[in-house]
Amino acid sequence: MLPVTDHVVQIENIRKVFRVGFWGRRVTAVDQLSLDVRRGEVFGFLGPNGAGKTTTLKMLMGLIYPTSGQAKIFGHLVGDPAAKAKLGFLPESPYFYDYLTSREFLNFYGHLFGLWGVRLNKRVDELLELVGMSHAKDLQLRKFSKGMLQRVGIAQALINDPELVVLDEPMSGLDPIGRKEVRDLIFRLKESGKTVMFSSHILHDAELLCDRVAMIMKGRLVACGQVSELIQQGATQEVEMVIDRLSPEGLEHLRVLATKVVLNGERVMVVLSNQRQVDESLEVIRAAHAKLVSLTPHKASLEDLFIREANGVQSPVEARV
Amino acid sequence: MKVLSIALNTFRENLRDKLLYNLLVFALLLIGSSLLLMRLTLGEFHRLLLDVGLGSINIFGVLIAIFVGIGLVNKEIEKKTIYTIVSKPVARYQFLVGKYLGLTLTLLVNTLIMAGGLLLVLFAQAVPIESMLFKALGLIFMEFMVITAVALLYSTFTSATLSAIFTLATYVIGHLTADLKTFGEKMDEGMRAVVTGLYYILPNLERFNLKGNVIHHIEVPGTDLLLIVVYGLTYVAFLLMAASLIFQRRDFR
Ligand SMILES: Nc1ncnc2c1ncn2[C@@H]1O[C@H](COP(=O)(O)OP(=O)(O)O)[C@@H](O)[C@H]1O
Repeated sequence: MLPVTDHVVQIENIRKVFRVGFWGRRVTAVDQLSLDVRRGEVFGFLGPNGAGKTTTLKMLMGLIYPTSGQAKIFGHLVGDPAAKAKLGFLPESPYFYDYLTSREFLNFYGHLFGLWGVRLNKRVDELLELVGMSHAKDLQLRKFSKGMLQRVGIAQALINDPELVVLDEPMSGLDPIGRKEVRDLIFRLKESGKTVMFSSHILHDAELLCDRVAMIMKGRLVACGQVSELIQQGATQEVEMVIDRLSPEGLEHLRVLATKVVLNGERVMVVLSNQRQVDESLEVIRAAHAKLVSLTPHKASLEDLFIREANGVQSPVEARV
Repeated sequence: MKVLSIALNTFRENLRDKLLYNLLVFALLLIGSSLLLMRLTLGEFHRLLLDVGLGSINIFGVLIAIFVGIGLVNKEIEKKTIYTIVSKPVARYQFLVGKYLGLTLTLLVNTLIMAGGLLLVLFAQAVPIESMLFKALGLIFMEFMVITAVALLYSTFTSATLSAIFTLATYVIGHLTADLKTFGEKMDEGMRAVVTGLYYILPNLERFNLKGNVIHHIEVPGTDLLLIVVYGLTYVAFLLMAASLIFQRRDFR
């Protein structure tokens, strides 16, 4: 019997230490990471380059073995064929077999799932249609652009109609149109009831797409939850104020008061971090008979959280043993 | 079925790879021209034709086995194609065996082409063709199978360049194992153990060499042939098992 679980992916205290170089120096790529991905959600796995995203995904796919900890997919330990049967994976910037056409390429992956004949042909046609590559069915992959490879790569990940789709940096290296297409595709997968987990260092994509995100830095989890929650959490609601005709005394006053002041000829732009600063600034403006041009609340984004966390995390990752 | 798909896919990739054709054309040109030129310069040319012909097929086959073979695993890791295969319900040993069979198929086709070339030259030079020649060609192919498995084993744990060097070394030493044994007997205790160990571990590739029999018209009993084939297949099986064990534990990074 299959274990009943709503957690499609469960990662428990997973850790990966690489030995690099001649002396076998230890590098901790992933450190005591725990998180889970729930059925039907789009889960963003975020972090700067070198944070350990790829390493984590490779452990999930059974490509590398964790130093300690474990991970389960659909309740099966990673690497179990039963888990792999319901899984689709797209590696980061893949190249694939140069001399195969996209149709042959997808046929091959179909065979690995025991798909043959008419059923497979139909599936391959559907997938090439889905990723917008029907026109290049009989073209060898070495003639493909990066964006086209990415698309057949995604088709490859979907060949078995998987319940969980894992994509490593699916949007990196693509132009804005390509990125939008991948985003649309992920939306469509979600609509058809699939669970999608993807890694990215581009936060904007995640903000638009994800139900939940996890953010890792230097191999450690620093935040995990709904995008809206994370953005609110401890975010300073900044306000940007643009002022004209400000007297020198007024300017001096604001310099003391504001978080940031930028001069642009006659125009002054100030950034304020809290309500008190806003109130006092307004009084200064009124007293100086200056003109308030605009007052804009600065919308918090994942980017802010990211930068805040990046400043916070300074734990040493590399240890000589 | 999965193993077969991987094998056929590998074969198809190989067939479309220009490197292979270049090697093959080069081999045919070299074998052909040297055999044709020989007539003008040497007297006892029937013997030499067979000797050089079989020898060249052997060397070029081994070169093809090494050049295409070492790339098998390393290229897949480099290009990350293995990521997509191993994340599907395919066991790592299935991948390895599939790759091996695919390359073996490629080598079979190559051997047939080279053998065809040799037969043409022999025919043109009116050299009588005996059944022994086909047995010799068969065993040359058996040797390719062993060398390919050796290359595969090395490439599961070292880089492409190192695997090539190790495989080439294994090929050379594999043809000298008899000498290795006599050499070992002249050594002191410790070295003798090492050399004797090597003698038993390394493949005895001379067993697959029937060149002398072809040239001097010496028959080989059927049971001997069978034993040699069984030896070759067993050796391949052990190599593949060792390669699978290493491959299973390896991180793809
Ligand atoms: N094969 C490897 N050998 C040694 N160190 C590695 C290897 N792969 C990744 N690392 C290290 O692990 C860390 C995380 O890398 P990675 O998982 O690729 O990050 P990301 O995908 O988030 O960019 C980096 O510091 C990187 O140097």
